Amino acid sequence: MSFDVITNNIPYLWEGLKTTLKLAAISIGLSFVLGTLLGMAKLSKRALIRIPATLYVEIVRGTPLIMVIFWVFFLIPILVGHSIQPFTSAVAAFTIFTSAYIAEIVRAGINSIPVGQTEAALASGLTYWQAMRYIILPQAITRMIPPLVGQFISLFKDTSLAYIIGVLELTRRATIINNREFKSFEIFTFTALIYFVLCYAMSRFAKYLEKRRRVGETKNEKIPEPEIMAGDIGAQTTP
Amino acid sequence: MPNQETSNKICPYCLEPITREDEITYCSKCGVPHHTECWRQKSAGLTVVEKPKIPETPTPKKPSGEPIISFQGVNKWFGKLHVLKDINEEIYPGEVVVIIGPSGSGKSTMLRCINRLETIQKGKLFVDGYEISNPKLNITPVRAEIGMVFQHFNLYPHMTVLENITLAPRKVRKMSEAEAEEIALELLEKVGIPEKAHAYPSQLSGGQQQRVAIARGLAMRPKIMLFDEPTSALDPEMIKEVLDVMKALAREGMTMVVVTHEMGFAREVADRVLFMDGGVIVERGTPEHFFVNPVEERTKLFLRQIL
Repeated sequence: MSFDVITNNIPYLWEGLKTTLKLAAISIGLSFVLGTLLGMAKLSKRALIRIPATLYVEIVRGTPLIMVIFWVFFLIPILVGHSIQPFTSAVAAFTIFTSAYIAEIVRAGINSIPVGQTEAALASGLTYWQAMRYIILPQAITRMIPPLVGQFISLFKDTSLAYIIGVLELTRRATIINNREFKSFEIFTFTALIYFVLCYAMSRFAKYLEKRRRVGETKNEKIPEPEIMAGDIGAQTTP
Repeated sequence: MPNQETSNKICPYCLEPITREDEITYCSKCGVPHHTECWRQKSAGLTVVEKPKIPETPTPKKPSGEPIISFQGVNKWFGKLHVLKDINEEIYPGEVVVIIGPSGSGKSTMLRCINRLETIQKGKLFVDGYEISNPKLNITPVRAEIGMVFQHFNLYPHMTVLENITLAPRKVRKMSEAEAEEIALELLEKVGIPEKAHAYPSQLSGGQQQRVAIARGLAMRPKIMLFDEPTSALDPEMIKEVLDVMKALAREGMTMVVVTHEMGFAREVADRVLFMDGGVIVERGTPEHFFVNPVEERTKLFLRQIL
């Protein structure tokens, strides 16, 4: 067993990790926005908005990720008429896939907020969107954090599947090194370790966020004491 | 329950609450308690009442001017359940109207129709000149003129008391933060808890939370205040502090529609009482009429059960 293969290839793998992180970050950002909109659409009273959103979520959730990746990679160029970058294609596939799961998380999160909160907000003259933005979503997000992070962690790991369409991310580069040097054990153990460390860090961070938000809501925060003015003291001491 | 005597029994002659210390006798005909002294003075032909005497027939107050809320043949169904049946009612500016009735009688639904938290299926409903029953009407600006207080307070748990109160003035009225906070602090003073401005709702008692909710409703300077069973979720010892705030509000001339089970409040504060049962307004009248001489059999039965 030799670790030379790792130390020699650190810069090469580092480039791959950067691509992986970029892929994950962009996909997470986009799928969060799209997923939130889909989740709200699923709660819409209007069938014209609700039914397409529900269909989308059901179809995507019933399809393996690798099929979504292939579908985007091979079909979109035919539809658009020109080829697209593997990286762009991967981002699109991950966004489509993850947003369906996030939609479900958002829907459940919004549903878990008592209806009285919406009623109070609407009754005070806020519009539906204002009620969502200031009252419902801030509370729902606290409850959505654990499942959302779970989803993001799984997306981060799933980015390794992008190797199949030729995105030069971490897994793809690990495979290339292995093909060249035949040190499977060292290479893949090290790569797995990188995924693990990052996922673990994300999950710890989520725990911290969750705790901090809960403290802000319920823990007794010190109520500031009224300040004693210098003049008050003077008035007392003056005979 | 220390307040029971005072909140439930009102002397029909002087209309003051009867306390434990007062000397009382009961009417030989109807069994209603009253102050012995008042009865004696009444029998002697002296006038002791400042407010109008007990009327023989229902004579609802008919103030001049246009009604601010007007139900015209309003009907509502929940699925097949007919919850509001042909409701006709007019509420005038400055009036305090108390709606009472057994649970499931439609009183909360009637209240919630006023700011369209519930939509109606038939009839017309006008509030502050707007036709609420018109589905094309944008309800948001109308709601800004109507404050609402809920049974379960519905304060925003992720915001401080101050933020709860200033949110709507800032976002709907586009007030500056300083201006909104000034109003909020003034209102907190009024409801008696200025020191809780920076607390979170979970740090307050039920009574304090409900007073914050009232302040939140008032922060928009509404023309109408709706109260949906504001004391039903409170511990008995906290009911009074909330009712006191509501009484003060009524004295200031706020138009109030109150769904409640607090008969003492209804008797003392209401200009008119509506009694609902089975989606119908069974009886309406002044509190004196209502509690002393109800006409409908259903009303008598209800009052016997709760008093």
